[in-house]
Amino acid sequence: MSVHVKNLMKYKDLLLELIKKDIKLKYHNSYLGVLWSLVNPLLLMLILTVVFQELFKRSIPNFPVYVLTGRIIYSFFSEATNFSLDSIRVNKALIRKVYVPKYFFPISRVCSSFITNFLSIITVFSVMLVTGMKVSWLSFLIVLPLLLLLITSAGIGLILSAVNVFFRDIKHLYGVVLIFLMYTTPIFYPVEIIPEKYLKIIEWNPLFPILRMFRDVLLNNQLPQSVDLTTAVVEAVVFLMAGLLIFYKTQDRFILHL
Amino acid sequence: MDPILQVREVSMHFRHAKQKITSLKEYLIKQSKRQIEYNEFVALQDISFTVDRGELFGIIGLNGAGKSTLLKIIAGILKPTSGKVIRKGTVAPLIELGAGFNGDLSGYENIFLNGLLLGYSKSYLREKLDDIIAFSELQDFIHVPLKNYSSGMKARLGFSIATSIQPDLLIVDEVLAVGDIHFRKKCESRIKEMIGLGTTVLFVSHSIGQVEKLCSRVLWLDQGRIKEIGEAKHICREFKSMKKIKKRKNTVL
Repeated sequence: MSVHVKNLMKYKDLLLELIKKDIKLKYHNSYLGVLWSLVNPLLLMLILTVVFQELFKRSIPNFPVYVLTGRIIYSFFSEATNFSLDSIRVNKALIRKVYVPKYFFPISRVCSSFITNFLSIITVFSVMLVTGMKVSWLSFLIVLPLLLLLITSAGIGLILSAVNVFFRDIKHLYGVVLIFLMYTTPIFYPVEIIPEKYLKIIEWNPLFPILRMFRDVLLNNQLPQSVDLTTAVVEAVVFLMAGLLIFYKTQDRFILHL
Repeated sequence: MDPILQVREVSMHFRHAKQKITSLKEYLIKQSKRQIEYNEFVALQDISFTVDRGELFGIIGLNGAGKSTLLKIIAGILKPTSGKVIRKGTVAPLIELGAGFNGDLSGYENIFLNGLLLGYSKSYLREKLDDIIAFSELQDFIHVPLKNYSSGMKARLGFSIATSIQPDLLIVDEVLAVGDIHFRKKCESRIKEMIGLGTTVLFVSHSIGQVEKLCSRVLWLDQGRIKEIGEAKHICREFKSMKKIKKRKNTVL
């Protein structure tokens, strides 16, 4: 264990540098660049509002913000995990030539993805102010669901990047999983419309408690519910442990398949 | 007798599936039908040797003897099937210059990326920055994206980074063959300088003449096993005569 911690300390500058490199390259050749990260969630919010607001406006007080928060949590997760899925394969030339702690690649991608997505938080607050919502000190608590989301994404990213080395079609499989997650997360519909028998599935969705905490703190000005907090913490720890375990057990064989 | 590298009973077995299976679906189907056949290949068997600090240690052998595999294990890129490698200090492999070079970033940014990949801290790299740029003779080009460099420029930068940071163990694998004569001379004198400062060098080459000239001890690898290990001149002579015998055999046939 201490060997790994020592290793992490030795290479810590590298981890930070990899994250910086990812961020630099993301905006490298793009014209709108940083602006796009602010505007994109806005555009999606407009589309979803126009299409679904009429249907649900009775149960959801502030539809645009409701939808925006849902989209943002989903985007954080889907982009972070998708981006880290490829991380080992993309760096295969490196891994074959130099010893580098391999878990840095999926982890740096999850981190850089979160950092670039952070701009969309500005979008949420802006829309909240424009639609006349109160922004209280409680809003700072959004770091809690976001942190848990980061840990969950890191665990899943580790699993995906390892599996991707051996089975390249995981990319397509995961695409389907993400679509399933998108529809089973109450992004543009209220939780109430889900029939009792399917509620169990929704609650197993790792994004569900995190999204509810996020919305409780921002929209409803309440503290996160303890059931959400415990579920999210347990899921984060489980995914991270599973990710580290699977990655650790398979990483020595990566080079044979790259 | 200060061992900087100890290789203890290292063996490397490769077990590859006969057909390439890259999709999950294929794997599950074939595994359930027990249709996957594997090829076993023993690349290295029971390799043990020690290298002391400050030595210039050579590794020679015919193609396929296992030299590259052994180097990858020593560098930590490959994990041996059994046995272990004990290293003291930092290792800089010149197995291929510019590992991790990213074409979109400039030479300057790549110095940090490459240096960090080799395990050095940012502050150390900042100290060595001027040295690295000076040795590479790239001057203003250092701020140009790497994709616009010639292969010679990339080689110069890679070599400069790997040798400026004073590793404890330097692994050189055929890399002195790149670049023009001027660059090659610089490389040789740089390596001699490093040895003078206490760096240990592991030198792998097909150029027996170079190995004989530079190395103190040599390991002769043959089909994954140690054929001989000892004084450089003696082993190199044996190797050369073996090659002559082989050549004669082939021409007679």
